[in-house]
Amino acid sequence: MGDHITLQVARYLPEKQSESTFDEHEVPCPKDWVVLDGLNYIKDKIDGTLSYRWSCRMGICGSCGMTVNGEPKLTCATFLADYAPGPLRVEPLRNFPVIRDLIVDIGDFMRKLVSVKPFIVRRYEKPLSEGEYLQTPQELDEYKQFSMCINCMLCYAACPIYGLDPKFIGPAAIALAQRYNLDNRDEGAKQRLEVLSEHAGIWGCTFVGECTKVCPKHVDPAGAIQRYKLTAALEEMKTFFMPRGA
Amino acid sequence: MIPNHDVVLVGGGGAGLRAAIAIAETNPRLDIAVVSKVYPMRSHTVSAEGGAAGAIAPDDSLDEHAFDTIAGGDWLTDQDAVEAFVKEAPKELLQLEHWGCPWSREPDGRVAVRPFGGMKKMRTWFAADKTGFHMLHTLFQTSLKYTTVKRYDEWFVTRILVDEGRAQGVVAIDLASGRVEAITARAVILCTGGCGKVFPFTTNASINTGDGMSLAYRAGTPLKDMEFVQYHPTGLPFTGILITEAARSEGGYLINKDGYRYLQDYNLGTPHKDPVFKSMELGPRDRLSQAFMQELAKGRTIAGPYGPVVHLDLRHLGAKKIDSKIPFVRELCKKYQNVDPVTELIPVRPVVHYMMGGVHTDINGATPLPGLYAVGETACVSINGANRLGSNSLPELLVFGARAGRAAAEYASRVYDVTPGVVAQTEDERRRVEHDLLNRTGHERIADLRGEMQKTMEESAGIYRTGAALAKGIEQLRRVRARFADLAIEDDSRTFNTERVSALELGFMLDVAETMIMSALKREESRGAHQRTDFPARDDVRFLSHSLVYRNADGSPRVEYLPVTITRWPPAERVYGEAAAHGGPHHTAGSALPAGEAV
Amino acid sequence: MAGTPNYTDYHPRWLRRRVSTYWWLGSWSYFAFVLREASCLFVAWFVVYLLLLVRAVLQGEANYQEFMSWSATPAILRLNVVSFLFLVYHAYTFFDAAPRAMVVHLGKTRVPASLIAGGHYAAWAVASAVIFWVLLRV
Repeated sequence: MGDHITLQVARYLPEKQSESTFDEHEVPCPKDWVVLDGLNYIKDKIDGTLSYRWSCRMGICGSCGMTVNGEPKLTCATFLADYAPGPLRVEPLRNFPVIRDLIVDIGDFMRKLVSVKPFIVRRYEKPLSEGEYLQTPQELDEYKQFSMCINCMLCYAACPIYGLDPKFIGPAAIALAQRYNLDNRDEGAKQRLEVLSEHAGIWGCTFVGECTKVCPKHVDPAGAIQRYKLTAALEEMKTFFMPRGA
Repeated sequence: MIPNHDVVLVGGGGAGLRAAIAIAETNPRLDIAVVSKVYPMRSHTVSAEGGAAGAIAPDDSLDEHAFDTIAGGDWLTDQDAVEAFVKEAPKELLQLEHWGCPWSREPDGRVAVRPFGGMKKMRTWFAADKTGFHMLHTLFQTSLKYTTVKRYDEWFVTRILVDEGRAQGVVAIDLASGRVEAITARAVILCTGGCGKVFPFTTNASINTGDGMSLAYRAGTPLKDMEFVQYHPTGLPFTGILITEAARSEGGYLINKDGYRYLQDYNLGTPHKDPVFKSMELGPRDRLSQAFMQELAKGRTIAGPYGPVVHLDLRHLGAKKIDSKIPFVRELCKKYQNVDPVTELIPVRPVVHYMMGGVHTDINGATPLPGLYAVGETACVSINGANRLGSNSLPELLVFGARAGRAAAEYASRVYDVTPGVVAQTEDERRRVEHDLLNRTGHERIADLRGEMQKTMEESAGIYRTGAALAKGIEQLRRVRARFADLAIEDDSRTFNTERVSALELGFMLDVAETMIMSALKREESRGAHQRTDFPARDDVRFLSHSLVYRNADGSPRVEYLPVTITRWPPAERVYGEAAAHGGPHHTAGSALPAGEAV
Repeated sequence: MAGTPNYTDYHPRWLRRRVSTYWWLGSWSYFAFVLREASCLFVAWFVVYLLLLVRAVLQGEANYQEFMSWSATPAILRLNVVSFLFLVYHAYTFFDAAPRAMVVHLGKTRVPASLIAGGHYAAWAVASAVIFWVLLRV
């Protein structure tokens, strides 16, 4: 075991408090312990009431996003040793309401996700007997990056627009919409356009670019949004000049 | 009383979502509830890396896939179920493609397949090396199309309601608010995944605590083949993170402390430069894990900071191949173990990965209790037998998820209402969860008891087992259970009380652990993943049967046996390496049975 | 707050944290973003300045000289220097962002981002060169 590190953990017990407070604990920090290991140490050995979400601890389930020293991070992928001796501040993700301690409510995102129709939309479904829809590796590459989203919500926590205007549909929802728009098997781009080209849709984005910076899976939602702005603008012009022909 | 929903699914992973979609498509008038203790996209299906097997190559056939599965399962698989499985697997994978799953492709646009351990031909469909992730997200996003599917996200099921001999719904805690509610339905489908967390080193997530298995066990329906625990031969030490089999199928070598490819000493073939089907590093997982234990006994493993390891060597593949075929492997090693596979050796050890056993079901996912179904890793159909082949688990979710969904839909349209008896049961459960488990004074910490249980399982029910160690394990588990009655729960809040959830999960795990050790003790042979050093041979005379564990009235487990269904492939010897090249679907040379014993 | 509401037992009591008015001082990225947005004010100033210059030229030699000496006063000089720096920053961030929005395909391959950004810079250099040549010729 190596040195120790001071963890300052945000607490919020809704039945007892109306504001959040901080608890401070010393935890060991060997070379390969991550922040999540520190939280587990506190919960297992010191204070069993600390509540937080986690599951896979390998950066693929997206449960463990929290604000670590002011930055949104996956706590299963952030090494304690990098911050020793601390103090290291762990708080719930920003821009979301806090249910308890380090747990936030992501219901808003779940509703927005449904609204962008994140599934293959086709006029006519090919029967299974005719085999697969052909998709070359190049066509797969078109949308592959955007399909990597693990819904960890770090982008929403980093986006100041979402913080200031919770009606903004947000980076991950638009990236997932783009994932389907750019999939050559999908024909639903028009339906998604209606939802996305509102003020609270893509036009709310002012390209701060923080979402792309914090994304642990390199999805580049900012890029997805800007690309879509071009597409949407072109579509608007087309319907303006050729209302029936487009 | 009218039930809340027509079908309630416990668990929202690959199996649960596929079943929900199947019900919605079979009968759009049915009202479906998916109750999951985490948001569906957090389910552990998301972490599966390697791929999903479906026989589509022109030189492949369903019979060969079936034979590989049956041989891999050491003949403990129910062959009628395997035949149905291999037939429907390609269709289900294709259906997923139609729903948008980004399968990796050949240059001409058709779906690509790759080799995988234990499979003689290339039949594993894959989506880069994040197959489970893409499958889960495709299923989840597709399920959003169906308005009849209502989701209860972050609701923790604590009990199945059983009245008048049939399942009538569940009782669950709404984690965010702490409310305990009954969710009544005409049919219940359990899809809660595996129970790897009863062991200390596992690839499983913190949520895999055998909830569904324990719920079914307590509801009176038996668990099957619980002694068969699959170890994955290459997991990172400490974290247990999986280094996918694909690293070996792309050409990785397993070497001991002398840099020697030790698998050649264990009847797994001779080493070649490129991977050979069913040979050396592409042999089945149980044989590779057992080879590690034997190397450890010989003192030829490397002593690492978290225990003994061997090395996985990928350096000869080159950066380009690693980054295109298995980029996630490189990412995982660098992020969690500070090792770069392109230039360094990866320390690996066998870790618990999959539970072949589970809730006993028939070929349509139905348990002996009417109205109760189970699918996925929670269930045991059984198509995996004594040892599961890699890339068979993901199509299992789809095939049996769809079958169970359709069966449950059909059942739910025949059943009328819910009986009033469930009200009293709900009240009972509410009292147990609300009053008995909030702010409980005691002396035992949850983490300590969990650690004790895990240590017991590792020592008694590890890769190699003996009758003495197993009997000792049962005693130790009983002591842990006694201490469990003196549990302390400091958290008295109702809002998202994760300590209470941990306590409930520990209760589930203790049940499951006990069934595992008892089944292992009673099975006096070695087969597949269950290896007894005191009974080293396979015994088809006495044990060509599944073990069924029932819960007695006093809570103790009782083991009975159910014969395996054999259709076209009589039991033979499992062979790998050069011998496998001569074997095949109809070859029974080298059978362990005396002639004429095949059923 | 005017006292906490009287919640029933299971009602959620979420904590909603307000975003501070000074959120943009929270990190260098946010600050750089706000500077980038503020640079449009200086772009606007340059447009106005250009219009004033054109007007001064149209009104004859005397007005033009007066405009030039006004431009040379310390305040305006500083303003113009600062505006020029902001303009360069604006151009840099704009060209940097352009490839993120423009995905160009040549046949089957994607044109790399550096080429698109480079193309913008090249166009800028050519335009500047042309203007310099025109100015120096006249």
